[in-house]
Amino acid sequence: MTVRKLGRGVAIVGAGMSRFGAFPGDTSRDLFVEAFREMRASVDKGFDPRDIEAIYVGNYSSDLFEGQGHIAPIMADWVGLTPRPATRVEDACASGGVALRQGIVAIASGLYDVVLVGGVEKMTNLPTERVTDTLATAGDVLYEIPAGFTFPGFYAAMATAYMARYGATPETLMRVGLKNHDNGALNEKAQFGATIRQVMDKRIAGAKAKGRPVPTWPDEMAFLHDDAANPVIAWPMRLFDCSPISDGAAVVLLVAEPLARSFTDSPIAIVGSGQASDSALHGRSSLTGIRAAQLAAEQAYTMAGVTPADVKVAEVHDCFTIAEILATEDLGFFAAGEGWRAAEEGLTARTGPRPVNTSGGLKSKGHPVGASGVGQVLEVWKQMRGIAGARQVGANVDLALTHNVGGTGQTCVVHIFERR
Amino acid sequence: MADREFTSASFNQFLGEHKLMASRCRSCAALYLPPRALCPACHGEEMEWVEMGSSGVLLAFTTIHIAPTAMIEAGYGKENPYCTGIVQLAEGPAISAQILGLDPRLPAQIAVGTQVRVAFVERGEGDKRRTHLAFEA
Repeated sequence: MTVRKLGRGVAIVGAGMSRFGAFPGDTSRDLFVEAFREMRASVDKGFDPRDIEAIYVGNYSSDLFEGQGHIAPIMADWVGLTPRPATRVEDACASGGVALRQGIVAIASGLYDVVLVGGVEKMTNLPTERVTDTLATAGDVLYEIPAGFTFPGFYAAMATAYMARYGATPETLMRVGLKNHDNGALNEKAQFGATIRQVMDKRIAGAKAKGRPVPTWPDEMAFLHDDAANPVIAWPMRLFDCSPISDGAAVVLLVAEPLARSFTDSPIAIVGSGQASDSALHGRSSLTGIRAAQLAAEQAYTMAGVTPADVKVAEVHDCFTIAEILATEDLGFFAAGEGWRAAEEGLTARTGPRPVNTSGGLKSKGHPVGASGVGQVLEVWKQMRGIAGARQVGANVDLALTHNVGGTGQTCVVHIFERR
Repeated sequence: MADREFTSASFNQFLGEHKLMASRCRSCAALYLPPRALCPACHGEEMEWVEMGSSGVLLAFTTIHIAPTAMIEAGYGKENPYCTGIVQLAEGPAISAQILGLDPRLPAQIAVGTQVRVAFVERGEGDKRRTHLAFEA
């Protein structure tokens, strides 16, 4: 592969996110302002927002979710950045990660020195059926959706192919959800700030309070196998295998690396960026890995001059539990067909040798689709600066990675970050 | 038949005639389902229609309980799940379609690798009603 380098270095000097969850009173612009304010406060040496020269906003479908198109200039206006160029980036659930890449390219090209990259999505205005239909438009509406596929259905199909080939089971997938809920319970911004055990206890308490029959699950796996408590969405994907419907926003402040020290003494350099595309799921030679993710990872590793073994913390796109297992293989953390064993053995736990989704991932933190790719960056930024609080990993996190998938992998984008 | 354009409209028109049609590149012989007007492999622009046989194998599947609106309108949903999947035809290409003849309530008994045959189902309300590709186990 040709080694491509950025024209000049790019660093993150500030980052912020809104709460992720369901917020009936908040629109996209409210959440974006919330994230912007936190980012502004995070810049150690302070800065003047008027120094921002351009804004890139990842957003999947404000048109269908909120009836609002053309959202980038509105976000720019609400954080006081007009008349600077404001550009919306749409690549389904990878919109945020691709917006980040656009911001990086803009600075690396020399066009700008200071760029705001954000992501935002407001999904909970619609009933679940219409959210399902809206998400389905990220698939092929001529040839996949008329076959009856939904997004949980696509990943469920990948899971059946993976299970048949490698011997994983639905229980393996449940282990990923349990792990990410454990992590999310330590994240005050997470939509589900609760372990599965805490979810169970809450339901038991609720049943007692209402005088209803009290469930008797002997353990978490029994809860996860309970068709009433954890219904099948698209087998083998049950409710707790699926990321939730979420509202949220996240932003990061990018600057040309030579300027970084005037913003903070702890900048995080972006040293690798890769992106690839692919066909609809049925057009691919393999259903047990995502080729675009493999290619994006290869580009990012090559640009950064590092290997998978160098990555201390990774935020990967666990829109569904199977997706995290595929990601850990596509990124080269484990060999093809070995990711499920690693999940079962706890290797990807926060306290394990290969921490994945310490934030709780999309599963527990929430998945406001256009914001997710930027939200991932927030977590690695915190882990690398040692400010992740109760979920801070023990290792010296000098290198981290984010992996953001659009659709079923028609778009994938991978970034690698280094603390200098 | 030979002069139909290589579009989704033509593909659906063929389905209405109970024919599953792929396009084949006259330059490199690559076969495409759904049909393409331009060969993504060699960028050739001369294509021809090829009718697929009826046999295929199930590569991946799911049973859908939370259904999209179009399938709810067809009577499916939580109380009546359905099976959908990706089938590879004997000729090579793979495509997404509803899978009939398997019990969607017993998904653990459905096996990847199951032999299936091309079928056609009528779905949709009013002017959206058309013939859809399906497979039968």
